[in-house]
Formats: sequence, C-alpha cells, structure tokens
Amino acid sequence: MLLQVENLEVKYGNIQALHGISFHVNEGEIVTLIGANGAGKTTSLYTITRLPPPEAPRVVGGDIKFKGESILKTRPSAVVKDLHLALSPEGRRIFGNLTVLENLKLATYARDRGADLDAEYERIFELFPRLKERRNQRSESLSGGEQQMLAVGRALMTGCKILLLDEPSMGLAPVLKYELFRKLKQLNEEGMTILLVEQNANLALHLAHRGYVLDTGTIVAEGTSEELLGNPEVKKAYLGG
Amino acid sequence: MKHHSLNALLAIVAVLLLVAAHFGWIDNYIQIVVMTIGINIIMSTSLNLVNGNMGEFTCGHAGFMCVGAYVSSIISVLCFGSKFGDPMLPAGSVLFVFPFILLIGGAVAAVSSLLVSVPSFKTRDDYLAIISIAVNYMIISALENMNFIGGSRGFQGMKDTYWAMIDIFDGPWMLFWVINFTIFTVWVIRRFISSTYGKGVNAICQDEVAAEIMSVNTNKIKIINFMVAAGLAGCAGGLYAHIIGYVNPQSFNILKSTEAMVMVYLGGMGSLSGAIISAILFTTLMEILRSQAIIDGMLSPVTFIFPDWEPSAGVIKWVMIPLLLVIVMQFRPEGIMGNRELSDVFPKLKKFYRFK
Repeated sequence: MLLQVENLEVKYGNIQALHGISFHVNEGEIVTLIGANGAGKTTSLYTITRLPPPEAPRVVGGDIKFKGESILKTRPSAVVKDLHLALSPEGRRIFGNLTVLENLKLATYARDRGADLDAEYERIFELFPRLKERRNQRSESLSGGEQQMLAVGRALMTGCKILLLDEPSMGLAPVLKYELFRKLKQLNEEGMTILLVEQNANLALHLAHRGYVLDTGTIVAEGTSEELLGNPEVKKAYLGG
Repeated sequence: MKHHSLNALLAIVAVLLLVAAHFGWIDNYIQIVVMTIGINIIMSTSLNLVNGNMGEFTCGHAGFMCVGAYVSSIISVLCFGSKFGDPMLPAGSVLFVFPFILLIGGAVAAVSSLLVSVPSFKTRDDYLAIISIAVNYMIISALENMNFIGGSRGFQGMKDTYWAMIDIFDGPWMLFWVINFTIFTVWVIRRFISSTYGKGVNAICQDEVAAEIMSVNTNKIKIINFMVAAGLAGCAGGLYAHIIGYVNPQSFNILKSTEAMVMVYLGGMGSLSGAIISAILFTTLMEILRSQAIIDGMLSPVTFIFPDWEPSAGVIKWVMIPLLLVIVMQFRPEGIMGNRELSDVFPKLKKFYRFK
C-alpha cells in the first residue's frame, strides 16, 4: 500500500469534519472519493498534503501513512519534494499573471538543481497540446478547461508519483471533461497513481479502479467501481437514479 | 560593453559625486540631501521586498532601521569612541572595520525581524500590519527604557568614528559609504529577486497555498525575505546614525515607517526601479517643499484671499505630500511604475544592460 489513511479524525475549530475515515491507495491505481457537498472529500486531500492553516484542518485522531510511515509531522513542501505527492487543488489556483510556461517552471521548484527537464515539459505538452499552443500566454487568459489542464500539468511537473486531483471536472464543458478524463486514464496507464475527488460520481467511477463513498465525514460504502456502480443504494443517493 | 555599461555609469556618477564633494563643488547641504536619498533608496527597496514582492502588508520598517542604528552606533562607540572608556581598536583600522560595524547592525536587525516573520506564518494582511506596528513600538519603547544608552534622550558619540576616518584622509567619507551601501543594497535585492528564492517569494505573493503545493517552503522563504529586508534597513539605520551623529528612538517611529511605505506605493509594488525612482523623487520633493519661498509662491492664490494666514513650510509640507499621494492613488493606483521595471517600460534599455 502506497498511501494509507487510518481512522482519520479532523476538526475545523470545533466542528468535526471527518469522523474516523480509513482508505488506502495502492501503487498504479486510480482511487476515487465521491460524495455530496460537505462530505469531507476536499478536507481529506488537504489533510494528506498537510497544508498550513487556515486551509488545513487540525488532525485530532488517526494517522496518515506513506509507505508505512506516518507523515503527520511532515511539512507540506516536503510532502511534494520528498514523498512526490502532488495536489491539483480545487479551483485550480494557478498563478494568473505568469505565463503557462512560467507556471510549469515554478512547479519544478521541488526538483533537484540541474535536473534535465526538457523531456518532461515535452511530455506535458504532448499530453495537453493546447498548453503548448498557449505556452507564452498569461495563464489567467486561458479558458477554464485549459486552466484545469495547466493545474494538472503543473502538478505533474513537480515530478510526482501520486497525483491528488480535487474536482478536476468542475466548471468544464462535457467535451472537455471527457477529454481530461481520457488524459488521466492515459497517465495512469503510464504508471501514475491517482487519487481523485469528484462530484460527478458516475464519471469518476467509470474511470477509477476502486472507490469510496463519503457522507458527512464517514465512509458509507467502498468497493471496486463495478460494485459501487451496481450498488442500488449508492445509485439512489449519488448517481441520481 | 553590454555587461558593464550600467556598472560603468554608476561608477562615474559615484566618483563625480565624491570628487565634487571633496573639492567643495557641492556644499554640505546638497551632500546631506544626496545621502538622505541613498538611505531612502535602501529603505524603499528593502520594504518593497516585503510589501511589493511578497505581497505582505507590514508598516513597521523603521523599527528595524532603529535596531540597526543603535547596534552599529554602540559598536562604533565601543571600538572608536571614548564614551564607554578607551577605544577598543586603533583609530587606524576604522576604514576596514566600519563596513563590518554597519553589517553587524544589519545582522542584528535581521534577527529582530523574526518578531514579525514568525507571526506572519499564520497571519496575513491587516493582522500582520498590526503586528508590525506593534513590533515597531516595542523596539522604540525598549530602547527608550535603556538608560545606559541614553534612553529617550538619545545616544551620541558616533562622530568619533567619523573623525577617525577624517584623520586618515580628509574626504567625504559618509557620502562614500552611503553610495557603496546603496549600490550594494540594490545589487543584493536584484540578485535575490532573480534567484530561485525570489521565484518562491513571487509565488507566495500570488497564492500562498498554491505556492505550498508547489513545494515552496513558505515559512522558510518568509523568514529569509524578512531577514534580507530588515537587514538592509538595519544598514540604512547605521548609516543614518553616523551621518547625523545622534540617534533618538523617536526618529524611528511610525512616521518614518510611513515614509518608507509611501515611497514603495508611490513607486509601484514589486518594482525595484520604481522604488528607487520614488525614493529620489520623494526625498527631493521633501527638500524642495522645505523652502518657505516655494510654499509661499504655491499658496499665493490662497493667501491672497486670506491675507491673515501665514503658512509655515514645515507644516504645509505635510499637507502637500499626502495630497500628492492622494492624487497619485486616484489617477494611477498602481504607482509610478506599476509592477514593471524600467527595462519593461523602455525596452531599448535592454540593449545596454542585461537586467535579469
């Protein structure tokens, strides 16, 4: 198991957001966390990346283990640099007044000095040809879908082994959404482990190998994608029908 | 040619100034103005590092200047003065020791910046502004209550160091040091901003969380950035103390911090050349408005209507300068240069020098 979350309990102030959730991610898998608004999906990702307050909640119980070792005391910059976990955050949060290329360059902050990155830029541009067309354009002038591609590309440029994606389909037109998910599938086939948080449960489950269903801070169902897609209760509550 | 044009220009200007001062072509008053410009350039460019490049909002920069001024004054008096007993060092070594005295003052100021940078891990914006004002007051009050260095009466005796320099060679030494430290400051800041750390600083300015998930260690960058800024302000304080020959805690109060802030916002946030230009402009304007004749001339339409009113330049200056700031903010809220450098505004300058 690459990443393991055990009985995680977190609080924002006095409000408990996660009531002891456990899940794990194996190497080479796509795992998805689905659930309604306020279920604790984004909170789980923020807790894993150890972001500083005020974004991140306080861990009051449980543990997060990376390859068997607790990462609760690791600094967020070290999570990216040493553990190769990269987050593509909700709302993209790209650096708007930098160009596309500069955004990608900034992501190489984590890399070793003097590492040869030309091949990696090429790989990102191969994956997202639109970014190559617009590489010298200010990134705030990109469309929503292109910004999302940039956010994913930026996370990949950190040299990550596990990609954490927070609602990558948010605000995307259906065509772009499917295109993005095809790219994620392609990435996974090349060996990337992906933890995907998604509102669009149907789409996420069709992409993922396994899934967890969150509801107000607890895991109410888990299993392979086929099981969850076939589960009548999940279907009724989250898949709309 | 391309690599040395700016350096050569700076060297020519510096040598011309020094020669002019040495042979008395420019009088003491102009020399003091030039030195004040130099100190203000150090203050505005270093504050620009925090308020402009990092996007934090601090308004207690004079506090660090105060620490630098006092520390370097005390060391200077210990080494070459007679106030605390016999001088510890031979007067002949003053030219080698003096830059280190200023740098030690800067180093202590840099350490004192932890008082602001550590709280800045968790607070931003208005709250950090309050913390920085509080730190400014803490520093002033602490020094006012230290009787062995004069307390609120101030501290003097640094002129002994200056006389020791004059004994070696009778020249405009303080002007020499100010010019050198100003160039040093601009060089340090330019190198810092174009380094990898500088990229991290800019990332923090735009989005702290995004910077953190790009593996920028925001706490470390904040500490370093505050230390560089405060350290340079400390050097400026040391220079100021040795020019005037007297320091008083109250000369580094919130008004002085505000002056530095005005220069940063006038010049444009995050623009190094903007900070330099506005420091020159601001200091010159302050000196011009010191003249009673000019103030009388400017206000003649008003005094014509109200003949009983006799405006005093020292007071009206503080109406004119804030008014200027109001006008600038109204019509050009991004400041003189905005976020751009001189080489972005005049791309032809790039022919003469590589700015990055």
